[in-house]
Amino acid sequence: MLSGESLKKIDTEVAKYPADQKQSAVMAALALAQEEKGHLSTEVMDFVAGYLGMAPVAVYEVASFYTMYDLAPVGGHKLCVCTNLPCALSGAVEAAEHLKKKLGIDWNETTPDGRFTLKQGECFGACGDAPVVLVNNKKMASFMTPEAIDKMLAELQK
Amino acid sequence: MTAMLKLDVDGRAVEVPQGATVMDAATRLGIFVPHFCYHKKLSIAANCRMCLVQVEKAPKPMPACATPAAEGMKVWTQSEQAKQAQNSVMEFLLINHPLDCPICDQGGECQLQDLAVGYGKGQSRYAEEKRVVLHKSVGPLVSMEEMSRCIHCTRCVRFGQEIAGVMELGMMGRGEHSEIVTFVGRSVDSELSGNMIDICPVGALTSKPFRYSARTWELSRRKSVSPHDGLGANLVVQVKHNRVMRVLPLENEQVNECWISDKDRFSYEGLNSEERLTKPMLREGSGWREVEWQEALEHVAKRLGAIRSRHGAEQIGALASPHATLEEMALLAKLARGLGSENVDFRLRQADFSIDAKRAGAPWLGMKIAELGALDRVLVAGSFLRKDHPLIANRLRQAAKRGQQVSLIHVAGDDPLIALANKAVCAPAALPDLLAQVLRAAAEARGKPVPALAAGANAGAAAKAIAASLASGTNTGLFLGNAVQQHPRAARLHALAQALADILGARFGYLGEAANSVGGYLARCTPAERGLNARAMLESPRRAYLLLGVEPELDCGNPRAATNAMRAAEFVVAMSAFRSRAIDYAHVLLPTAPYTETSGTFVSTEGRMQSFNGVVRPLEDARPGWKVLRVLGNLLELAGFDYDTSEQVRDEACAPDAVATRLDNRVTGVESGLEAEPAPQSSAAMQRIADVPIYFADPIVRRAASLQQTRDARTPMASMHPALAARIGVAAGAKVRVRQEGGEAVLELACDEGLPADCVRIAAGHPATAALGAMYGEITSVERA
Ligand code: SF4
Ligand code: FES
Ligand code: FES
Repeated sequence: MLSGESLKKIDTEVAKYPADQKQSAVMAALALAQEEKGHLSTEVMDFVAGYLGMAPVAVYEVASFYTMYDLAPVGGHKLCVCTNLPCALSGAVEAAEHLKKKLGIDWNETTPDGRFTLKQGECFGACGDAPVVLVNNKKMASFMTPEAIDKMLAELQK
Repeated sequence: MTAMLKLDVDGRAVEVPQGATVMDAATRLGIFVPHFCYHKKLSIAANCRMCLVQVEKAPKPMPACATPAAEGMKVWTQSEQAKQAQNSVMEFLLINHPLDCPICDQGGECQLQDLAVGYGKGQSRYAEEKRVVLHKSVGPLVSMEEMSRCIHCTRCVRFGQEIAGVMELGMMGRGEHSEIVTFVGRSVDSELSGNMIDICPVGALTSKPFRYSARTWELSRRKSVSPHDGLGANLVVQVKHNRVMRVLPLENEQVNECWISDKDRFSYEGLNSEERLTKPMLREGSGWREVEWQEALEHVAKRLGAIRSRHGAEQIGALASPHATLEEMALLAKLARGLGSENVDFRLRQADFSIDAKRAGAPWLGMKIAELGALDRVLVAGSFLRKDHPLIANRLRQAAKRGQQVSLIHVAGDDPLIALANKAVCAPAALPDLLAQVLRAAAEARGKPVPALAAGANAGAAAKAIAASLASGTNTGLFLGNAVQQHPRAARLHALAQALADILGARFGYLGEAANSVGGYLARCTPAERGLNARAMLESPRRAYLLLGVEPELDCGNPRAATNAMRAAEFVVAMSAFRSRAIDYAHVLLPTAPYTETSGTFVSTEGRMQSFNGVVRPLEDARPGWKVLRVLGNLLELAGFDYDTSEQVRDEACAPDAVATRLDNRVTGVESGLEAEPAPQSSAAMQRIADVPIYFADPIVRRAASLQQTRDARTPMASMHPALAARIGVAAGAKVRVRQEGGEAVLELACDEGLPADCVRIAAGHPATAALGAMYGEITSVERA
């Protein structure tokens, strides 16, 4: 199901915890699996569950809890906008509207060319930088005014 | 002794042990603290916040269920602050909860409804849209149709993780988007799943078979006892219009705690099935005629009398179901003996009767069920534990979490969902050798002489590990499961277990197969010296059979021999609650009442004698079995059949205070005749492994429609190790023709890495396999069909 390389990385994560607590590595394992597969299909979650000796539904709980995990395919760039209260009070509503208009899609949709997917996120712990957008689960983009968004999109479009 | 803490709840002093919570302290005082997520048998989640109480010096209200009691603590459960907190939580809980009580199946027995009356407002302040959660389909038993009602207490999730031992439900998503789900549309298959319905505090999880068939306040509640496995679970049977509508657990900490298995819960559908036999019937030529009881019983008496005088009484055989009541078995045995026949038995699936004459008493668990949890080492041999004894398995599951070391020796790799210390799987024929290995290793570990029985054994690593675990304990229990009781060399297994118990100073006993596996012995429904046992009665066919609740082709250890014997017999009387295959071979059908329609007694595997009353009137012309037998005894002019009540029958067979004196697992002189275990021979022959799947085990559950749709009730397959499948040259999923003792069955082949080599696992108790032979016999051939 997963490549030897991913499995090796998962094993490294598993080794960080006591032998009878393999499931502690579930978040890392899911992240690695997603990196390889693009998203977490039922089969991939099932596999991770078996690999870590967990109930599949317990893996599902984790995978559906965090917005970094994608249970369905996403576009080339996944843009996750924080819509929690502090951000919402500091421009996140406009940022979201602007993004939707520019990309022509709504939440949880992907542009027809498959380049962008738009998601809502919960507080990223960067309220001071509001509005914030998390790009591809890794890169945090701060102070996302409409202008900043245009600049970011232009950059990503390259 | 753990230190006791003194604290004060609502101005009343109370003492609780260290580690107790404020909730425990309140409970001890009989003070009710409102709660949803808290459940005494589950871990603390503290997610509903309904139990908020005021605690001195705490700046804000504290959840009683998760706040440890402390010395000198002062708690108020009904102060202004506490009440305000509780009311607010209730208001939050009701924000998204639908106001559909009038059409909700839980209405009238809903904790949310009850508490909302006490803690909620008369009017909602919430005017916005409520959230909608879509329904889910998770199988035939638990309904998840109205998931908007869920308050996310996670009781159902924790039940799966902690009690059932398998997490089938989980909470997906987060916050507003949380939902209780199975893993992407899978079904809930646990044999304990129905308990989730009971513990769900709202109407989110409801009973699929019961839904919308009655309101809880229309039902009368009557006590009863489970007629299924050896546990003797206490039941509340709920009745409307003389019909059993629902079965719930009756809490009994000593027996079933607050749980029951799905078999106990949903089997009542069988009682209401179309297949109920409701009129006495006589065979006439190739057809059947409904008759009055008088005519039917006179016919039986006449024919039995004739067969006795023409061929001798020993041509009459009497077989009782181990699920029959003590009274029925006692009277059946008395009737047979009165006729002069010693051929009576109820141990239908047993194959080896060679220790019968050497038994000191009735085989039983050897201890109380409630004591199982206190053992520090346990060996279970030959048991499909989860399915054969769901709640005994649960006791061991909980004990294993507390450090009990459980070892399992078995003929299949089925996961009991217990954290096992050791597990060894071997072919049925190798079971005695494996046990002998453990015996030898245990003797050596304890520095005791190796018993002659184990002299030839060569302890392997698995046996040594099990022996080491057992020998390191101070309070050990050895238990022999159904597969040992049905094993063709059960006597040897008994002898080995007894010797092992002696060496370890352990307690040992049987996990009784059926509701009355102990009661049958107490009722003397077993043949004395010159009589034939259940197996012999079928292998050397009799001219006449009396069947009490037995479906020979499904209930007997060798269905093939049983069917042949029935077909060849001159006269077969089937006393049964159901129409069955007996239509094909019986001559008289007598409708007897199932456990809900008769008074009677079951003696559970722990020797607990539990008498019960009928909860409804017998259906149409069905009559309690003990009364039928009483009248038959009178018609045959046998002495001592004048009973007025079933209690008289019971007390004559075994008075309640005499039970304890009759229980004894010891068998004396068992070694004589048994040599040292010969090393297992490798032979080309395939052995059969026959489990009795949980929902095929007795006539009632076989007819419970919803249970029959579960995964556990799938048509039996021919399972084998992939290596054997490869040798036969058939892939999993293909049909194979299996031959055994001249009979055959066409089954789907399945591969199971957990099975021992050269064995084919084919379940018993199902029509699809009823043409085959002995449960643990040799398989003649398996080939592509
Ligand atoms: S379904 Fe019932 S038991 Fe499960 S979380 Fe919801 S309310 Fe609690
Ligand atoms: S609310 Fe948006 S980062 Fe905290
Ligand atoms: S019962 Fe205490 S928080 Fe739910």
